[in-house]
Amino acid sequence: MAPAESYPDDLKYHEEHDWARVEGEEAVLGITWFAADALGELVHFEPPEVGSTVTKGQSYGEVESVKAVSDLIAPLSGEVVEVNQQVVDAPETVNEDAYGNGWLIRIRVGEPGEAASLLDAAAYRQLLESQ
Amino acid sequence: MTHPFLALTDSDRDEMLGTIGVATVDELFRDLPEGIRLGRELDLEPALSEQEVFAHVAELAERNADASRELCFLGAGMYDHYVPAVVDAVLQRGELLTAYTPYQPEMSQGVLQAIFEYQTAVCELTGMDVSNASGYDGTSVAADACYVAKHATGRDRIVVTEATNPQVRQVVKTYATGFGLEVVEVAHRGGTTDPGELERAAADAAAVIFQQPNFFGCLEPAPELVAAAAEAGALPVAHVDLLSLGVLEAPGRYGAALALGEGQSAGNFPSFGGPNYGFLAARQEFIRRMPGRIVGETVDTAGERGYVLTLQTREQHIRREKATSNITTNQTLLALGGLVYLTWLGPQGLRELGETCLSLAAYAKQRLAERAGVEPVFATQTTFKEFAVRVGRNAREVVAAARERGVHPGYALGRDYEGMDDVLLVAVTERRTPEEIDRLADVLAEVAG
Amino acid sequence: MKLIYEKSQSGRRASALPRHESLTPPPELPEELRRSEPPRLPEVPEFELVRHFTELSTRNFGVDTGFYPLGSCTMKYNPRINERLAALPGFARLHPLQEEEGAQGALELMWRLQEILAEVTGLHAVSLQPAAGSQGELTGLLLVRAYFAARGEAEQRRKVVIPDTAHGTNPASVTMAGYELTPVRTDARGNIDVDDLRGKVDEHTAALMLTNPSTLGLFDENIEEIERIFHGAGALMYYDGANLNAVCGISRPGDMGFDIVHINLHKTFSQPHGGGGPGGGPVAVRDILEPFLPVPAVVRREEGGFGLDYGRPQTIGKVRGFTGPFGVFVRSYAFFRMWGPRLREMSEAAVLNANYVLARLKEAYDLPFDRLCMHEFVVSARSLKKQHGCTALDVAKRLMDYGFHPPTIYFPLIVPEALMIEPTETEAKETLDAFCDAMLAIAREAADEPELLQEAPHRRPVKRLDEVRAAKHPVVTYGFGEHPQPDVEPAPASTQAPTGV
Repeated sequence: MAPAESYPDDLKYHEEHDWARVEGEEAVLGITWFAADALGELVHFEPPEVGSTVTKGQSYGEVESVKAVSDLIAPLSGEVVEVNQQVVDAPETVNEDAYGNGWLIRIRVGEPGEAASLLDAAAYRQLLESQ
Repeated sequence: MTHPFLALTDSDRDEMLGTIGVATVDELFRDLPEGIRLGRELDLEPALSEQEVFAHVAELAERNADASRELCFLGAGMYDHYVPAVVDAVLQRGELLTAYTPYQPEMSQGVLQAIFEYQTAVCELTGMDVSNASGYDGTSVAADACYVAKHATGRDRIVVTEATNPQVRQVVKTYATGFGLEVVEVAHRGGTTDPGELERAAADAAAVIFQQPNFFGCLEPAPELVAAAAEAGALPVAHVDLLSLGVLEAPGRYGAALALGEGQSAGNFPSFGGPNYGFLAARQEFIRRMPGRIVGETVDTAGERGYVLTLQTREQHIRREKATSNITTNQTLLALGGLVYLTWLGPQGLRELGETCLSLAAYAKQRLAERAGVEPVFATQTTFKEFAVRVGRNAREVVAAARERGVHPGYALGRDYEGMDDVLLVAVTERRTPEEIDRLADVLAEVAG
Repeated sequence: MKLIYEKSQSGRRASALPRHESLTPPPELPEELRRSEPPRLPEVPEFELVRHFTELSTRNFGVDTGFYPLGSCTMKYNPRINERLAALPGFARLHPLQEEEGAQGALELMWRLQEILAEVTGLHAVSLQPAAGSQGELTGLLLVRAYFAARGEAEQRRKVVIPDTAHGTNPASVTMAGYELTPVRTDARGNIDVDDLRGKVDEHTAALMLTNPSTLGLFDENIEEIERIFHGAGALMYYDGANLNAVCGISRPGDMGFDIVHINLHKTFSQPHGGGGPGGGPVAVRDILEPFLPVPAVVRREEGGFGLDYGRPQTIGKVRGFTGPFGVFVRSYAFFRMWGPRLREMSEAAVLNANYVLARLKEAYDLPFDRLCMHEFVVSARSLKKQHGCTALDVAKRLMDYGFHPPTIYFPLIVPEALMIEPTETEAKETLDAFCDAMLAIAREAADEPELLQEAPHRRPVKRLDEVRAAKHPVVTYGFGEHPQPDVEPAPASTQAPTGV
């Protein structure tokens, strides 16, 4: 059973339906409930390599359902320090728990100032309503 | 006026126009600007009845010297193997013949299961893990492999041996323009490819394509070529003949990354060049880079086994400009012919067929030398069902003279290779008999230089 | 149903091959090249083979079985005479490298087909070589490249414009041809948004790729303006012939201003689709592009007879082996000869049939663009989804229970819950009525008994199949001794990719 729609207040959001949780010098990235719901059950996660760099606004990987494929857009720039192996092995984890066990990668934040330009939960909700 | 392919009566038309709310059929085309309309009848010959079309087209067929009218030793990529009646019987089943791509699996279990069985047969023969549902032909699948290799390796050069079918090389070069790939050829040395030379050429290459048996019919040192390519970090791609794989080693066994080729030999008529099918198989690691349809096994809501198109996110209808290929319509019916044919043969039949080709070709080499004084060009090489001979004068003239005697003696290699104007490539399938080979020898004795 | 491999018994076989007792045994092959383990091909007698594939055919649905309104695929009746002709030994057993003198009938047929296609498309020269529509697209784009390279504009013109309604093959071909994609929007009437277009076409544009009528089944009313924009910018126009069935003998791509066209012989001109192929994708071009066409060209010799001409120094090369899928040419040629100049009636009937079905369905399904359609149209199940939780997929599956093949669904991408319906000309009004009745009944069922749709199909050899499982754990070959046994855990309700194009 898929969880109900939610957008936690402690996250920062990118308009391409990606989120970031800043934890000190690092950040955890994932996709929002909206994105996971639109794609349907995920069957594949193509992660970046640990040690590679991601750039805000650019694709760092892909997720796939049987009917769609979606670029993962980095909400922040930085260096990949960890890939969530649980999602590689069981991509549906993202549908079950988009903000918890369904995180995708952890980065060392390259440009701490970038977070300020992201949306907060209220602004992201507003964006969804306007679409 | 009625037509056999329409059902519209005048009253149907009136009723339908009434439902639509227009007065005439012309009104349905009101969105077309006047300036772009044809405004006249198409300038085509008048419509014919079925009987008249049959008479006309059958007359055109009569004017061709096909392999039922002329003793055929032509090969060079397409071969006069026997196609058993069961192939025709299956391919003419309307439920299979007139269906399309099995997007709706519940309507298409027949085609889907057949493709799954075909994929299995191709993987068994080639020693690979995954096969697609078919490509256009033996040339286009080689181009497909270049696209796979480009993305898998990030390199931008393709090496292809000169002893690979010239048409395959030409098509690879055409596609390479769009792919942004450079194509380099490696010369043959006495009919086969030198592994050391290949390895040097393969440095920084995305893929190395070679053919086994090669275009001259010779057996390449395939395991060494594969090792040479792999040493250079290039994907080894083996272009093989399915019908040789009852006697020749599976490319997967000697380390090829991809195995592909022309499927016509197995279950299709030559049909003046098609339709036929290209097969394309790869090791598991390339499954997400494969072009075209792939069928997978699954279960339905009642737990029953069934088949679906799978990993479709690779394909153009979903991934669009980032797709692994633009292919959509493929050659499923011809690949189905391949499956029926391979099922008909079975493992024992496939081996026997390979041995018969080997025996007949060996016999032909010997008879041509004895009776016509025509010697193999690459005398020390092992061949499968095809071999090159020097005929002592321009081979095209020899072909013309032999044809006057009812025998097509083979392919004039000078059409593709410099310095081979006097060389003929002779193909011997299981359809040829020792007596027919003797006849070829007699004719060549007359017409060769 | 068992796989053919599961019916196999060691020691059985369907084939008996000729034996030549007089021959010496085959020469020994070098050990490293010799097959080490025999391939596990099926071992069955001939009658089991025939029964197996006959049973498979009963689990499949073709145009010969019933109505198949798969939008954009033109699933029309395939005349049986085509099959008889293609199987004549003079064609089927003709080797493609036969000398010209030995292939005059085949070459004449190809030349005549080229002439017909030139007339039907309103263009100058034809190459029959491409194997299918998508290979025709790639061929066309490589012609564009060669044309601009010859003019010294190869580096300058890097962009190809494609509307958002396009088949996925178009953008995929653009990438394969080494071009960059410029997408353009669709306006409120379903035409290309000309204002959006104007800002995107300039001296960097190489070409437009357009299907007209579009995948919405709508003829672009601004085609003349679009032509002025592209040719005004020095760019070329490419026509995706997927929907040519709408306009034969009425308006020709050449008359619309297109420079390059591919024709899908398996759609418009009656090559059976064969469960996925073969097809044929000839390309027709304006005279300025003829020098770049693939080799060899099929030509009529001045001295009489027909031949293959390799003398095109500016050619893009070869895109396929030999001269193309000849058996497909035989079928399409026969089809053309049975229609002759009456071909216009074929397109008129296709458009009439589509508009009739549209008129009957619009009360029950959403219509994204309320216009007359051409040979096909797109409706949406958006309201059914919103009100009753029944999707386009559910409607498609339920149609199977009524004995119809579903339309194309979830395409084009710009219409949510799309159902793309193409009846073709080869259907009687009674069949169209039965289909419309079924569609209307299904819309009512969605309101009254949505599970009927959501759990459909109920009357096919299998129920809904689990595509997620297939994608997550791909099983793409039979595993023999290690093959996974189907478990009894039923699949959850499925999702579906866009289909049918």
